[in-house]
Amino acid sequence: MKTEGKKRVWEDYQKEIAEDHYYFQRSCIRQNFFPGSETAFLKILTGELGRDIMDDPHHTTCTGIGYHADIVPFDTTMTVVARHFALMTENGYENMIISCVTSFGIYTEILETWKHFPEVLARARRYLKKATGREFNIPKNVTHASDIIYKFKDQIAAKAKYRLINQQTGEPLKVVEHIGCHYSKMFPSWGVGGAEFPYVLQGMVESWGGEVIDYPERRHCCGFGFRQYIVRANRGYSVANSKKKFESMKPYKPDFVVCNCPGCTMFMDKWQYTISEMEGKTYDEYGFGIPVLTYEEMAGLVLGYDPWELGLQMHQVQSEPLLDKMGIPYDPAEKYKTASGKTFRLPAEPTSLKVCV
Amino acid sequence: MTKKVVIIGGGIAGMEAASTLSRMNIDVLLIEKKQQLGGHVGEWDHLFPNFRNAREITRSLLYDLQDKHIKICTSTEITGISKKSGKFEVRTTQQQTFKADSILLSTGFDLFDARKKEEYGYGIYENVITSVDLEQKLKESNVLTMASGVIPKRIAMIHCVGSRDEKSGYFHCSKVCCITAVKQAIEVKQKLPHAEIFCFYMDLRMYGKKFEELYREAQEKWGIQFVRGRLSEAAENMDGSLQIKSEDTLSGRPLKMNVDLMVLMIGMVPSESTTFLGKMLGIHFSEDGFINHDDIHLENNLTNVPGIFTAGTVTSPMTITDTIADARSAALKIATYIS
Repeated sequence: MKTEGKKRVWEDYQKEIAEDHYYFQRSCIRQNFFPGSETAFLKILTGELGRDIMDDPHHTTCTGIGYHADIVPFDTTMTVVARHFALMTENGYENMIISCVTSFGIYTEILETWKHFPEVLARARRYLKKATGREFNIPKNVTHASDIIYKFKDQIAAKAKYRLINQQTGEPLKVVEHIGCHYSKMFPSWGVGGAEFPYVLQGMVESWGGEVIDYPERRHCCGFGFRQYIVRANRGYSVANSKKKFESMKPYKPDFVVCNCPGCTMFMDKWQYTISEMEGKTYDEYGFGIPVLTYEEMAGLVLGYDPWELGLQMHQVQSEPLLDKMGIPYDPAEKYKTASGKTFRLPAEPTSLKVCV
Repeated sequence: MTKKVVIIGGGIAGMEAASTLSRMNIDVLLIEKKQQLGGHVGEWDHLFPNFRNAREITRSLLYDLQDKHIKICTSTEITGISKKSGKFEVRTTQQQTFKADSILLSTGFDLFDARKKEEYGYGIYENVITSVDLEQKLKESNVLTMASGVIPKRIAMIHCVGSRDEKSGYFHCSKVCCITAVKQAIEVKQKLPHAEIFCFYMDLRMYGKKFEELYREAQEKWGIQFVRGRLSEAAENMDGSLQIKSEDTLSGRPLKMNVDLMVLMIGMVPSESTTFLGKMLGIHFSEDGFINHDDIHLENNLTNVPGIFTAGTVTSPMTITDTIADARSAALKIATYIS
């Protein structure tokens, strides 16, 4: 593998990422499956980097899942997105950060449509005015939240309490990075590093001491794919795709997987349990599975945030082996406690996949 | 008074046009930006469809340039061209100025930059090479190896890289890649009799004399396997071999396999020199970026600018045979024009 060749590709796909003053568009599913991630993102932006970001309770879903499931028509989705732009405009912001890759795909698809078909933009303005009385400006800068962490990766590295280095061996941790399809596969120029050799996550990993694995099925779908999962009869196809990736990455012995899409994070995490139940197979050396993190969770660990505050216990594959490798202390007794000190009901133990309770 | 023609581009089209014009007692100045004449053919090893040594072509064309009517300027580029009272004035990087009654553009083609097909990993994966790289390897060495020095056992040849490809921005067919793949596959098989060779194609365009026969020979005599399917992506395995994915569209099934070496059959794209000169002269281009002819049937060496003619691949991809015929045709058109 020639790194120089990859660097040339990365140079072709650099994007403008605003410096400050952001309007934040949250994700529906991330808040459920990785509840600490967006909180960590806001903490990093405001607490660590001193940036101004508005977390607005008035925005709604982007309708992305419904749109891709053919339930919500494009004009409806477009009008919902137009309303979010109106909220941003009313609050005096020009830069939008989108937390979810599905939403990011929705926003970029709509913005590209408006660019090429001004009459569709005029229609969206008309619909929004009629429905809500609102008007909007198109944002000057639209980024995915991972773009923002990528932009400030070196500032985060300067504040790092832990690095992506195996404390027992001194070697860089081996990391599988996986971008969501709707981050840059639809419009490569919207993603840092493009679609074929994306750099947004790799840049973070390298800056924080890790080493990215380029394995043969790196580009393959995570297994989500709306129709593969939403249509129940297709779920076997979804698991099969995830399995293909795990089989391909296994010989490289990855220490963890990092994703920038909620669908990828969820399916690469949870299908490991499913595969272990179906076939008794796990993909690490000791039967614990390969931890799958969001980029904020990875950043949070590097910055020394408490793993349970980050919500790592909410993942299917548990992260203690990774925490041990990084030398991060954790209190097992606190793992399943709520903020008020109560203890959750302990999750049932899988048949094959080992977990640290 | 002897008429004078400036030919810009010293590939085989420019060389053949120069010698044809000189035989009609017309003075020719042949300008080439590289040190040597011969263009892409000068760098090639053996030619389809008969495995003729490419040097025979360039030697023959060079021999014909030894004529009192021909002057040659190599390592020279054009900086400006203007037209006054029906005469052209050509300025060069050597600070020279030449007057001409007519100009022939024979600035040829550029090779498609295979790095633009990012999913194939050229310039990133160790064992992905282009057809031009392969030709150089065949020219320089009797042994074909992978980057590690090991002899490859399975080789994939990927047709239409940068041709007929909307994503690359080039819709045109480069015409020579299909038969070049067949030729190179046979040459590789001759060197590595135990290697398996797979050609991944969209269509096989065997339109030229003896092309179809060579294609049949590749299958029947040499066992080359042809798979109708466009490659979707390549990835590098741990040992440096390549995992490739395609669809076998004849059997209607997806296909994934490992190969040791992958050869990209890169196409012809409009040359930067042609685009630069064409814009300077106000010449019309087709949508494909090559120079346009208003009448592609009857006036196929003429441009929209009187006195400026074309020869060879400045107007579209061509084989050597077609390029030579086009150059002779251009010379006749010029001779008619200036007389």
